Amino acid sequence: MSNAVASRVLAPVGTAGKLFAFGLDVGRSLFKRPFQTREFIQQAWFIASVTIVPTALVAIPFGAVIALQVGGLIKQFGAQSFTGSASVLAVVREAGPIATSLLIAGAGGSAIAADLGARKIREELDAMMVLGIDPIQRLVVPRVLACMLVAVFLNGLVSVVGVMGGYFFNVVLQDGTPGAYLASFTALAQLPDLWQGMAKALVFGLIAAIVACYKGMNAGGGPKGVGDAVNESVVITFMLLFVVNFVMSAIYFQLVPPKTG
Amino acid sequence: MGVEIEIKDLTKSFGKQVIWHDVTLTVPAGEICVMLGPSGTGKSVLLKTLIGLLKPDHGSIMIEGTDIASCPEKELYEIRKLFGVLFQDGAMFGSMNLYDNVAFPLREHTKKSESEIKKIVMEKMDLVGLLGTEDKLPGEISGGMRKRAGIARGLVLDPEIVLFDEPDSGLDPVRTSFLNQLIIDLNAQINATFLIVTHDVNTARKVPDNIGLLYHKHLAMFGPREMLLSSEEPVVRQFLNAQVVGPIGMSEEKDADELEAEKDMELPPLPPIPLQQEPSNGIPRASQRPPGEWCKLNGVTPPPGSFAKDMNMTIGA
Repeated sequence: MSNAVASRVLAPVGTAGKLFAFGLDVGRSLFKRPFQTREFIQQAWFIASVTIVPTALVAIPFGAVIALQVGGLIKQFGAQSFTGSASVLAVVREAGPIATSLLIAGAGGSAIAADLGARKIREELDAMMVLGIDPIQRLVVPRVLACMLVAVFLNGLVSVVGVMGGYFFNVVLQDGTPGAYLASFTALAQLPDLWQGMAKALVFGLIAAIVACYKGMNAGGGPKGVGDAVNESVVITFMLLFVVNFVMSAIYFQLVPPKTG
Repeated sequence: MGVEIEIKDLTKSFGKQVIWHDVTLTVPAGEICVMLGPSGTGKSVLLKTLIGLLKPDHGSIMIEGTDIASCPEKELYEIRKLFGVLFQDGAMFGSMNLYDNVAFPLREHTKKSESEIKKIVMEKMDLVGLLGTEDKLPGEISGGMRKRAGIARGLVLDPEIVLFDEPDSGLDPVRTSFLNQLIIDLNAQINATFLIVTHDVNTARKVPDNIGLLYHKHLAMFGPREMLLSSEEPVVRQFLNAQVVGPIGMSEEKDADELEAEKDMELPPLPPIPLQQEPSNGIPRASQRPPGEWCKLNGVTPPPGSFAKDMNMTIGA
């Protein structure tokens, strides 16, 4: 009885451990030759093609809503001249990576999990192993790298589109002045903000791809298993990404002092 | 020449459910073996364990001095190059056409030029009768064609061991016969060790050199074809002759009451043993034994009418 309870309680720990071990396997296979360049380019193109448009469409309202919120708040403080910098900081530091992660997990990750899951239940992965080819090296590594690459680019896209959206709302709808928006930009923002956004995107891409591949490769029980795998991979990725985002933000504020003056 | 597979005390369970335990057998080099068993007795699991896709709980599988059950991943990938495997649905890569599917192992493992690859691929496609379908995607062809394409892909690396997972499931009787003929011709040609997992008794009666029967979580019997076909052992007898009377029930095994009820039932006489199917060129295979040899050597009288030339093969009617 106590045994059964213990095994049930400890099951998530086991799953987390397996996921981590899978991540290590992927890390080890990263250095195995030959590198699958073709698969990498195909996957990068595929992930980019399913995420670019939704990302751009999400980024505009994201920038706008931040501009609205921050703009309203800052007006009450009487510091309108800083609206630009505040919304830019919010977009570059947080909204960029978060929107990127949502899209990478929701569009890219689910596609990866579905693809690998379908291969798993059709025994394609088994066939590949039997043909002496390691699916982690052949399929997972290119996908993980492609996801990371695309995530970094998407982050840039979200930042640019989000800042432009914020600018539009601030200047056109909230009667801010273009000059103040741009001038305050440089007052608080600094280069490390951009770096940390990109670092976050890189890590988010890594996590999303690894979770999606792990879930896809461990799908079982026919077509329903694939659906479950996709569902679980998206949910797990979201949870992990928000936690990691918090941790990385906290570390960033410890490492990089805020700009003064 | 093929390679011997030595299986010792193999046990596998999923959680608390034991699939089979203490399976010990030797698949002789270059011969055709059939592994039979009712549905759900872990035949496919056995096959997957043999190629290291599943790890057994304990026991060993020795192939050329390497234990598949315990060797490190790296060696496993090396030893798997000896294998050609046909999965139940062919397991073709859905994103590639048939040509690329069959060429895949060559491109991954050899440094052959594209023209050499083309020659080998076309030869294997011809062997399984799929010339002209190279550009088709696996989704566009029938299940039988996918199976044959799977065989072609399994053969391009000239394997020493060929494993078939239910080659006859979902095929019509004519195609099954053709496939069986193909298996026999292949064995005559490449002399590899063949292991076929199936529950089709007609295949089992005519094709192999050896038969094994998995039943009730263990290996009930393994031996030469004539030994099992002339066996009076209830389970073997019931399964190989597709009868209702016997220890095998609809779900796993029959309970005591059911067995009691048919205690006095007369078992139908053993049907005659058919002749083994010959290669289509008429030249006997290296591992083929003359009909009736095992029976003679072991002093077993085969059922009357055995080894007749023009026998009706249908059983269980």
